Amino acid sequence: MSETKWTKKDLLGLRDLSKEEIELVLETAKSFRDISLRPIKKVPALRGKTVANLFFEPSTRTRISFELAAKRLSADTIHVAQSTSSVVKGETIKDTARNIEALKVEVVVMRHSSSGAPHRLAPQLAASVINAGDGINEHPTQALLDMFTVQEKKGKLKGVKITFVGDILHSRVTRSNIWGLTKMGAEVTVCGPKTLIPPHVERLGVRATTNLKEAVRNADVINLLRIQLERQKESFFPSIREYVTGYQINREILTHAKPDVMIMHPGPVNRGIEITSDIVDGPFSVILDQVTYGIAVRMAVLYLLSGSTHRVSDLEKGETE
Amino acid sequence: MNLLIQGAHILDPRNKRDEILDLFIKGGKISKIAKDIKTDGIEIFNGKKLYVIPGLIDLHSHFREPGHEGKETIHTGSEAAIRGGFVASVSMPNTDPPCDHQGVIDIIIRKAKEVPYHIFPSGTISKGRLGKELSEMADLKKAGIVAVTDDGDWVSDSLLMRRAMEYASMLDLIVMSHCEDKRLSAEGVMNEGYISTRLGLPGIPMASEEVAVSRDIELARLTGAKLHLCHISTGRAVELIRRAKEEGLAITAEVTPHHLSLNDEAVEGYNTHFKMNPPLRTKEDCLAVRKALREGVIDCIATDHAPHTAEDKMQEFDTAPFGVIGLETALPVALTELYHGEKWPLKDVVYRMSTRPAEILGLGPAFGGLKEGEEANLAIIDIEEEWRVTVKDFKSKSHNSCFLNQKLKGKILATICAGKLWR
Repeated sequence: MSETKWTKKDLLGLRDLSKEEIELVLETAKSFRDISLRPIKKVPALRGKTVANLFFEPSTRTRISFELAAKRLSADTIHVAQSTSSVVKGETIKDTARNIEALKVEVVVMRHSSSGAPHRLAPQLAASVINAGDGINEHPTQALLDMFTVQEKKGKLKGVKITFVGDILHSRVTRSNIWGLTKMGAEVTVCGPKTLIPPHVERLGVRATTNLKEAVRNADVINLLRIQLERQKESFFPSIREYVTGYQINREILTHAKPDVMIMHPGPVNRGIEITSDIVDGPFSVILDQVTYGIAVRMAVLYLLSGSTHRVSDLEKGETE
Repeated sequence: MNLLIQGAHILDPRNKRDEILDLFIKGGKISKIAKDIKTDGIEIFNGKKLYVIPGLIDLHSHFREPGHEGKETIHTGSEAAIRGGFVASVSMPNTDPPCDHQGVIDIIIRKAKEVPYHIFPSGTISKGRLGKELSEMADLKKAGIVAVTDDGDWVSDSLLMRRAMEYASMLDLIVMSHCEDKRLSAEGVMNEGYISTRLGLPGIPMASEEVAVSRDIELARLTGAKLHLCHISTGRAVELIRRAKEEGLAITAEVTPHHLSLNDEAVEGYNTHFKMNPPLRTKEDCLAVRKALREGVIDCIATDHAPHTAEDKMQEFDTAPFGVIGLETALPVALTELYHGEKWPLKDVVYRMSTRPAEILGLGPAFGGLKEGEEANLAIIDIEEEWRVTVKDFKSKSHNSCFLNQKLKGKILATICAGKLWR
């Protein structure tokens, strides 16, 4: 167990985490991984505490994942779904969060369509804020579970070649992964049409290419991003058909990658678009493992942020009060 | 109003005064500037260790009236301007209704006189600021405008802009252009660059400004119109202007205090007080526009004072409106960054904020200089006083300043505008 202690009130992104803090989360997640395999999937670590989901953007998977994680820690959960409109003023987000805080919740899990929204809000709340996705900026728990998955399957992160394919420009999953993976010593490549690669992305310590074969050459892991159909109307690419020709992961493309290449995807998958069905369902896909590990990682994050006094080792032993 | 300012350092680049003298104001006019003026029973202002400079002139202020009085009114904006050492502003026409009708111009001029503050209004280039048809510029000129602009928007229709420039030039109106190809800006909310990638915010590429500057310069060449380029922010735009000036085109340009002092790294933290249009660019661009101002490729400093309510600015970074106030901090920032920071001669700062803007507008001797017999329009400043910018300082109705909590060196102690003293 590392000697690092968790000292931050919030988890807003991996940009602000040190290598040691990331390792602490991944270590902690290992202990929680096994709890999900037990017949009684509950530990008392967060008993008596409340975790509020504050989702300004719709989500099913992340929401369910956080809810289950909280419940398995014995926390109470509430879910608040709001819609954002560009006409609605900022006090809405601030007032909603303040109202939730007035209910004395310990943790707020927030998803918002505007980058930086949790960064502005967190300092104003006593509750811990976990960023469940802010605009195109970060989705730290997704990246943490992605890294955990790689670590579980490949045994390490350092030196592992990971390629992200898709709409990199708008992908908060990729950004968080870049921050985390580069700190852990992985070799990251991003690939997509030029229009969807962020400017100066190499300065983040990654290789960028528009050539898919190049990008997957010798890759250990390929992490696929969903392509949003609306982007076609904004002239990022001429048609889905052409996008698929250039950037779809299928059996043919995978012949350029390592023979034991691992396929990942944050979900939901667009079968036949960014990835073919046979690959989704095939032996190299760990997409469903990501979902399972996601609970463990989110339990770890909730545990660390809530400053639970239960020792992780006690939880592993399955002791209950 | 009668006042004797005793022993201050009079700094007037136009009339080439740069020494300690007394300045006597009688009946709101500058009566005499000389050594040891003797007066009888007149209020004395001790000018020891202070400077007297011609009142500042802002080519770009948004007073929000009519239509957005919650953010600012002509009265509050004028008082803010005076507090910042300004005696005149060109008001921007993106009011509601917009300044495409003489009635709106009349309101603005009348309200400004009530303060009193000198507002030289601008009218819109196009009807309703919609960028489709010419506004009735001759009518607006009769009402008192000095310039036309669709500021807030660029006239993307090049044919319309050509016609507007020809028409405006026949009326001797300056065409002020907000140079931004909005299509290129797309959903950008800050400068497109490494920082926008780092922060996960969509960016406005510099090309958006440069494409527009380029086009406007070519139309100025074609039409011979007097073109003034608003809030220049990029190094490459500076180079386009430099070349145009070398060719003798009648182009002038302005830069804001925030573009002279900040860069896109300030957006770290997602504070909307650093969200404005054009956005804060890179460090290199900041240095380039400073150098350009020093050389005169950019003619003057203009604030682009853009008030927004706290509620408006409290929104998330991508939904909050663009804009920061600037009238009350412009000179202190210029003094801090240029005079104290880069050791500019003080007269150069004054020239860029008073003399040159007055020249661009073709104003009389009462503006941009201190002349005996003329209406008193001046500021009394302490260039050494250090102070911290706080919300309670502002006379402006809005407090969306990018200089909040910053320590500045240089303060306006008093302003005399239209012969009236403000302390």
